[in-house]
Amino acid sequence: MDLSLLRQMNVERAARRAAILVTDMTAGSQRLIKRNVAYSDDPLAEEFDKRFLSGKSGLVKTDAGEAFLTVSVPAPRLVLIGAVHISQALVPMAEIAGFNVSVIDPRTAFATEDRFPGSSLLADWPEDVLKVEPLDPYTAVAAVTHDPKIDDYPLMEALKTGCFYVGALGSKKTHGKRLERFREAGLSENVMSRIEAPIGLDIGAASPQEIAVAVLASVIKALRKPEGVSP
Amino acid sequence: MQDGNSRTASDILATTQTWKEAGRSVALATVVETWGSAPRPTGSHLVIDADGNFEGSVSGGCVEGAVVAEAIDVIETGKPAMLEFGVADETAWRVGLSCGGRIRVYVEPVN
Repeated sequence: MDLSLLRQMNVERAARRAAILVTDMTAGSQRLIKRNVAYSDDPLAEEFDKRFLSGKSGLVKTDAGEAFLTVSVPAPRLVLIGAVHISQALVPMAEIAGFNVSVIDPRTAFATEDRFPGSSLLADWPEDVLKVEPLDPYTAVAAVTHDPKIDDYPLMEALKTGCFYVGALGSKKTHGKRLERFREAGLSENVMSRIEAPIGLDIGAASPQEIAVAVLASVIKALRKPEGVSP
Repeated sequence: MQDGNSRTASDILATTQTWKEAGRSVALATVVETWGSAPRPTGSHLVIDADGNFEGSVSGGCVEGAVVAEAIDVIETGKPAMLEFGVADETAWRVGLSCGGRIRVYVEPVN
């Protein structure tokens, strides 16, 4: 492996950008594919699409024989909009499951260190926080404040960014109104259909803690069984 | 998508860069294929230097010794090598996978 390729790969990783190192197993030659640099002309383009979603390394057949794809994708993140009761349960659960979790809520009565000890808690508007820490495709977003003033912006950003999971708390009626607002903002039906609402896997969750389990289950499902990727 | 394994794998790539930049001769071993109940998934890395120091893993510790020995050869010759380990292999009597799986490991020099 060429040191400069290795350096580039590590740079992408540090910046939370996905990349694939392609090693031709016959010739031994290598090249680096970056997710944010067009690669559609590459004969393996379709394979790259799948691998960027699944994050799995592996061998593929090529015209020349075999190539090994070393897939590097960022660690999964969960961004919770709303420092509410559900989030208090969800933060430790998601951390145990291996996610980097942050909570955003501009309401300082909710976003307190007492309620979220040791968590990455940002007591600011999502608009301001996401400017500094932008979303990316390896981030899940769950909006649970019930307040459109807080939830709408990060939800739309999550859809535009292609976050691997986008969920929003609220009844079917609340979600209907949300969709009306998003439609007026110019979002397509196709894009809006990616929002999971009501939020969480349908396990009949009743308490905030149970809803947290349901949300985490949905996030893991979106991560491990992404649509369009065979297991 | 991502998991503990891929995170570890990328840490090893960072270590590989650090070692190489510190002037050490380095080889990188990668699990490229697995069959059966292999202990570490495809894409797992082990980095080795010319003195036999290593970080990471390609199995549960069963075949690392053999990979390190091969890697020192790879560093000397500058040529990559493909290794295979498993119960079906005759080397299993010496170094094999106790779990009964089989793995293929690609070892390449870092230049």
